[in-house]
Formats: sequence, C-alpha cells, structure tokens
Amino acid sequence: MQLVTVAGPPSSGKTSVLLKLAAVLGRQGKRLGVVKFDCLTGRDKDVFDAAGIPCAAGQSGALCPDHFFVCNASDAHAWGLSRGLDVLAVESAGLCNRCAPHVEGALAVCVVDNLSGIDTPAKIGPMLRLADVVAVTKGDVVSQAEREVFAFRVRRANPRATVLFVSGLTGQGAEALAHVVAGAPATPTLDGASLRFTMPAAVCSYCLGQRKIGTDHQMGNVRKMDFPREPA
Amino acid sequence: MTRKYPTFAAIWEALPPARDFFAAQGLPMPAPEAAPADYFAALTPDALAEVGTDAATLFARFADFLAALPRLRADAPRVASLTVRGGTGKDGRPERLDLTLVPGDVVALVGPTGSGKSRFLADVEWLADGDTPTGRRVLLDGKTADAAGRLAASGRLVAQLSQNMHFVMDLTVREFLIAHAESRLLADAPAAAEAVEGLANALAGEPFGPDTALTALSGGQSRALMIADVARLCASPIVLVDEIENAGIDRRKAISLLTGSGKIVLMATHDPLLALTAGRRLVFAAGAVAAVIETSPEEHASLAALAEADAKLAALRDSLRRGGSLCFSQEK
Repeated sequence: MQLVTVAGPPSSGKTSVLLKLAAVLGRQGKRLGVVKFDCLTGRDKDVFDAAGIPCAAGQSGALCPDHFFVCNASDAHAWGLSRGLDVLAVESAGLCNRCAPHVEGALAVCVVDNLSGIDTPAKIGPMLRLADVVAVTKGDVVSQAEREVFAFRVRRANPRATVLFVSGLTGQGAEALAHVVAGAPATPTLDGASLRFTMPAAVCSYCLGQRKIGTDHQMGNVRKMDFPREPA
Repeated sequence: MTRKYPTFAAIWEALPPARDFFAAQGLPMPAPEAAPADYFAALTPDALAEVGTDAATLFARFADFLAALPRLRADAPRVASLTVRGGTGKDGRPERLDLTLVPGDVVALVGPTGSGKSRFLADVEWLADGDTPTGRRVLLDGKTADAAGRLAASGRLVAQLSQNMHFVMDLTVREFLIAHAESRLLADAPAAAEAVEGLANALAGEPFGPDTALTALSGGQSRALMIADVARLCASPIVLVDEIENAGIDRRKAISLLTGSGKIVLMATHDPLLALTAGRRLVFAAGAVAAVIETSPEEHASLAALAEADAKLAALRDSLRRGGSLCFSQEK
C-alpha cells in the first residue's frame, strides 16, 4: 500500500482533489481510501461515502490537532491495510500552519488554492516547504498570469516539489497527480517512521484548560514577545 | 557544496533566490563571508527548535534546495507542431481525427455543454498517450512525450483565457505585470510590463493607467489586459480561449494578437464572427470530435458582412452608453 499525506489550508480543495484522484486511480484498477483528520466536525466523510470511497474520519476536539494526527497515524495505516487499499490518503485540515503531517518515505502532497493570496506559499510553512507535490487548485477563476505568478512563488518556496494544477471541478490535472502517486514508494508500516517536521512544543497552562488571561495564570512553556518601546 | 561554494557570497552570486531558504523559515540571514558548514554548526538550539530539525538535516535540506533552484528557470516547452489523434467517444465509437496544428493556427471548438470540449483540452494539457478515458494521443513535434516530459510540461503547455476568470491580487497594473515578468526571470521586467500595458490599452475600449488597481478594472479592461499579458508575457505555446464576451474589446484583434505572438489558439466559442476567424472548427458530440469543418470560401465571404453588423451593434452599444438613440437598419 502507498501512503500519501495530503495537507493544505481549510477550503483549499483537498477533498475535491482526492475525489478526482480516486476516479483516475479507479479507472486504472487501483482503490484509494481516505482517513480524514479534522479539528471539529466535518462533513467530508459523507462526500467520500457518497462517492463509494472508503473513509474513516476523526476529530481532534479539545486536543492539539497535530498531536491527535500523529497519535493515530499508525492506526490509520493499519485500517488502510485491513481494507485492502492500494493507496491510502491521509488528509488533514486545520493543522496550524506551523506544522506538517508529512512523513519520511511517504509521498507528501500539499494543496493550495490560487485565491489564497500571493504570500501564502511563503507563509504556510513546512506543509508546503517539505512536500513532494504541490497541487494548485481554483486556477479556473483567476487570470493566467496570476496562476503563473502563484506557481512561481510556490516553486521558490519549495523548488524540489513537482507543481501541478488540479481542478477540483473538472478534474483537469488529476491524471498528472495520479501519475506521481503511481510512482510513490510503498509504505509497509508507519511504526518507526519519522515525521518530516517536529510537532509544536507543549505544555503551558492553557494546554491544561486555563482560560484566565494575565501573567499570574501562565505557567510552563510560555514565550513573551518583545514589543517596541517608545523612547521617553 | 563546500567545495563549489566556499562562502555564502559565492552562493548569493550564483543563485540569488537561495536567500529565500533562510527568510521563509525565519532563520538568521547568513553573513556573506561565512562558510555554509560553519553557519549551520553555529545555529543555537533555540533556532533549531524553531525550524524543527537538527543542524545536519537542515544543512542537507539547504543542499537539496540549492540543487533544485535551477528548476526555477525551466520554462514552457517550445512547440513546432501539436498533433491530436482520435480515440473513442462516450458511446465507444472510434473518433476519426488526425489534427496537426502549428503556431499561428486558430481552431474553434463548438458543441453543447458536456459534448467533450473540456476533456479535449485536458487531453492536450496532459499530453494524453492513450491513457485517458478518450484514448486520444497527443504528440508534440510529431513525438510522444515521455513521463518526465509530461510532468515538466504539466501546467506550462496551455494558457487559459476564460470569461470566468478575474483578477484577485491586491496590486496595481504595473506592480502586477512586473511580478509576472519577474516570475519569467526576464532581464528587463519594467520594460516588458510597459509593453503589455500599451497593447492592453490598444485593445480596451476605455484606457487605463499603470497605477490602476487590478481589481478596479472594468470587465473589458480586465479582458484586454489578460489577452495582452498572455500574448506577450506568458510562455505557454498553446492558448485556450473560452468565449471572449463582447465587453468593448475588438475580439478579432485580440485573436490576431495571440496568433501573431506565435501561439496555437484553441477557441471554445459560439460567436459566429470569432468562429469565422478560425481556419477550422471541431464539432464535438458525445465526447468525441464528430466533424472537422474547414472554413469555406463562402463562409469567408460572409465575414465582411458579419463584421459590419458587429460594428453596427458596437456603435449602438456606444450610443446607448452615451445616452444616444438606438436605431438599427440592415442598410448601410
């Protein structure tokens, strides 16, 4: 089984891209399944169910979504094996931009959309910087020039990556993505595999449920900003 | 790397975008005289914790980043000819098609929604090799592209101009055109930007200046700017035009601007005037090209009369805008 991590900002089109990818892989006789990690409730499982794509979904709720993801990654992999999948896509939204779910030895895909702003490729950090493939969506609503400028910024942030334009509407570009997925390494197990990027450090009093604001209520891993002072 | 680039100054000179590696991760910018190995070895535990890795891994990532930078220069492929060989339609019937287009050619794609125009374009864009639902084969310069060539061309082969497209960036016309020229790594970006502005203004009904915000352009101005930009600043050898609406721009001039820039133009249109500017029309039905119609001499002869009617309509629109009268007659 090949494991593919799929990360991207909320509403960037991850689910649509996976639906189109599943259709292309299906025509090639390969079965794609999805494990969807969400922060709060998500309705994406219904969408996958309706398309006949095996899907398991989990919500991190009160936990840090990144930690929730990594604690469940091996189990997600085992689920994929038990369902006899050829390709397991692990989709995560709502991870903060600091993090990335990408794993060494598994194909890492980042989904970003053309509407998200010209500085987004530089801003979203390791989920793009450490990806093998960047799928750029919503190219059908912006000008050709903006598509090109955006793709250039993506390449500058991660020159190693293969940049593909994928339309979640028409599926244009999904064949190219399927081609890259077909060449991805197999992931026999996730036990002992390494994340490409560390998870954020914890623990401070707010991790433990503190709601009060102010220095008196802050303990543990607390970092203070330097605010510029007006000269007297 | 240490042998090739003893200091960061040597790296900055050979590969200026290498600085992005540090800026994007919030790492301190290296001193020019520093040796790369020394810089990474001297990073503090705090700085390393911030980027989530150790010094050796970060150094290796920087080496990978440098090795990949020349890919930024990779531009769209040059295409002397584009060939599309037929596959099968949705009903399984063979598609009788062997079409070869060269730079400057214009073909119109006609047929109702769902007849297969989008799929045709997707086949061209992915250089289909009998491996898409249509079974079509697309050849560049008479040859099938290999896997690496297909991926490299992906997204660079076909530029798109559609009436659903809008400018969304919060930039002025000049800033935006310079950003586009810079993304092509052109030597003189401001000059390139100025040339596109001139062309766009020649196409647009109402002129606009370089300091106009992109998002404040009218429909016609936006379309004119997109067309001029694709003609001059976009490297893609093939342009798909999806129905240019009549927003005060000269549509035939727009198409000739594209062909004059050496593009192959595929035009999805149901506008008779535009369709007649094409040498051929591909008629789509049931997911396949059902017929290829060469523009006949009689049709060419109709072009003058159609253009005249179109000019009359344009004059009426103009009159309406100015608060004038609306009288139309078939006579001159």
